[in-house]
Amino acid sequence: MADSLVPVLEAQEKMDTDKMWVIWGPQHPFSHGLWTLKLKIDGEFCVDADPIVGYLHRGWEKETENRDYARIIPMTDRLCYCASMTYSHLYCMTVEKALGIDIPEKAKYIRIVADEVCRIQSHLMWLAAVGTDMGNLTVFLWAMREREYFLDLNVKLCGARMTTNYPRIGGVRNDITDLFDRDILRTVDRFEKAMWDIIYLIDDSSVFVSRMRKISYLTREQCANMGLTGPAMRGCGVDFDIRRDDPYDNYDKVDFEVPVLNKETKVGDTYDRYMIRIEEMFQSCDIIRQAVQKIRAIGKNAPYRIKTPTKVPAGTTFGRLEDPRGESIMYLASDGTDKPYRLKVRSPIFTNVSCSKVMCEGVRIADVPAVLAQIDMCLGETDR
Amino acid sequence: MSYEYTSIRDFIDFPDPYDNPFTPFLTSNLPYDLSYGLWQIIGGTIAWLINVIVPGNGVSKWLLCDEVSVVFALAIFMLVTFIVAFVVVLLNLWMERKVLGRLMDRRGTMIGLKGFLQCVADGLKTFMKENTIPSKVDKMTYIWCVSLIVGLSCFVAVMVPLSQRWYVVNYDTGLLIIMAFYALAPFFILVSGWAQNNKYSLIGGLRAAELMISYEVPMLIIIATTSLLVGSFNIGDIVNAQDEIWLIIPEFLGFIVFFFCAIAECERPPFDIAEAETELVEGWQTEYAGMKWGLIMLGDYLRGSVSCGMVAIMFLGGWTIPFIGETPIPEIIFLIKAWFVFFLMILVRGAIARVRPDQILNLGWKVFMPLAVFNLAIAVLLKIGGFY
Repeated sequence: MADSLVPVLEAQEKMDTDKMWVIWGPQHPFSHGLWTLKLKIDGEFCVDADPIVGYLHRGWEKETENRDYARIIPMTDRLCYCASMTYSHLYCMTVEKALGIDIPEKAKYIRIVADEVCRIQSHLMWLAAVGTDMGNLTVFLWAMREREYFLDLNVKLCGARMTTNYPRIGGVRNDITDLFDRDILRTVDRFEKAMWDIIYLIDDSSVFVSRMRKISYLTREQCANMGLTGPAMRGCGVDFDIRRDDPYDNYDKVDFEVPVLNKETKVGDTYDRYMIRIEEMFQSCDIIRQAVQKIRAIGKNAPYRIKTPTKVPAGTTFGRLEDPRGESIMYLASDGTDKPYRLKVRSPIFTNVSCSKVMCEGVRIADVPAVLAQIDMCLGETDR
Repeated sequence: MSYEYTSIRDFIDFPDPYDNPFTPFLTSNLPYDLSYGLWQIIGGTIAWLINVIVPGNGVSKWLLCDEVSVVFALAIFMLVTFIVAFVVVLLNLWMERKVLGRLMDRRGTMIGLKGFLQCVADGLKTFMKENTIPSKVDKMTYIWCVSLIVGLSCFVAVMVPLSQRWYVVNYDTGLLIIMAFYALAPFFILVSGWAQNNKYSLIGGLRAAELMISYEVPMLIIIATTSLLVGSFNIGDIVNAQDEIWLIIPEFLGFIVFFFCAIAECERPPFDIAEAETELVEGWQTEYAGMKWGLIMLGDYLRGSVSCGMVAIMFLGGWTIPFIGETPIPEIIFLIKAWFVFFLMILVRGAIARVRPDQILNLGWKVFMPLAVFNLAIAVLLKIGGFY
């Protein structure tokens, strides 16, 4: 009897039957957007993970090759609905670099304000997603409520809530409206108080904290090897932020401190990656205050946009900025016409999501939503 | 041929149901009295109508005899019980949606009687849905598990009396029987998770079993503590023992542990690991759609209501008020206490994230278990000291 069982057991071992693949997505409550996570589980633990993206591929990069430079700006908004300002900012910045022009001071500060508002509302969207992933809808709705105030600011600035179409090559589309500076300061002051409600709900709750603490450690070396950027990287002890280390527009004239956790240990867990975004929101409030003061000092009737040629000289240009989710890069190859020869976008999430294999290894199934919420998925820019 | 006129009054009279030797209740039971009276009216009218057409027939007499009266009265009684349970479930659902809405800074359901009719509409909607059965499930098990889970929930629902005069059964071991039928449901969840041929369902079913072993033992220890103090498993005795001081005072630790175990018992957030939607889509309910899912929801909320009623009975004095005793409306008093407990459950749901399965096991065995044993020790000391 025992002898006859041996080949069966051997076959089972070879077939790896005690582990199974569970496929999460493309329609799954945890995947914010269309993507699939294949998880290999051994009981309650994940032993392997395989992210699959590409369901939302629209041929964005190819489409830009048939458009004027000015007409690509609305398309950049559609890369990520949460970070529309930063992507159109990045595109305009790259083209300005190719043209070799300098834009007015006022436009630079307005772009900073718009970027930071965008960063706060994007992080609030992420916080809402963390709430649902952890199984608490209160956090979701409270974060969305705060986000509305920043979307209202977008409306006051440019008339649209999310797909803003605001920056232009050579400046911004319109000057700030009369009471915008007052409104934004009020909103920021209000937000800094209201944010504590949510922080009390999460950080004072041992359930929330224990769900995120001590799982899915990432070291600094792993971040570097996998190309992880953005808040997730700074939570793991890497002190790098393009706004400070390779300043674009007028970020070098604004005084701010980049929040970095675990500078000594160089290892961060999920809670650190969560915490860094919360701190970034407060940092963004500071930046907004300073930039609004600068705009006020420049005065009302200063120029906010300059005329630019429609044709870009032949050559290649490289632009990068700090997106709410990480490091966004655009690489422009121009051939002297009014249309780009090639426009390559490096999406931070496309590289960040490839780390999910490392992040999910060894965690429990129940932890996977909490771990992957820190990537802050956005499929529009991932699949392009 | 003479036509004998008989008045309808000759057929309808209201005898005392407890004079009937076939009445299954020994003490006064308000819903049964009502059902018995209602059958006297309905059956009497039918008997009179038949008698008008065929005078002096045997059917009229048969309809109103002792045995048949009890059968029809019990049928109406069951209907009344089900309607009461259903209304309580709908009110719980409505309360949860409204309170949770307020916690989240939104309004909750709005349409029809402050949103109450929305719950009715949602219930009706599940009737309209197509009854689908996935092709590769184990059909028998798949269908029967729903019936058994919902049936068990209904069974525990009828075990809890609303007051001394409003009950379905009144066993001396009532508390034990409730716990026994509570503990049966997770087995069928496990089996249905296996039968659905779906990985999410399988993991969900296994988690339901994991959840059960973590909360069941502390819960039973607290029930043992209560019965030790009171000296009975009978629900009426437990309530009557609290006419001066609620059991929440000697058993405060037990109350807290039992409250959280009750949340886990009815698989409500934050202990809803068996149907954690961000991980397992809908857990063991993933393949159930339409009315089957609606029935599962009904069963869930019935269990929730019963758990709240259990907390109210065991710790908050049931349908009595201290020093006043029984009021003219004991059922309302009891429901208000149960709703207060349910309100606390909603607050917990609104504030806390979902707990991980291993954390629930830790909580059950390393926190709840010692607290429950400590609670038992206090009860033993009280009993030795002669306070109870």
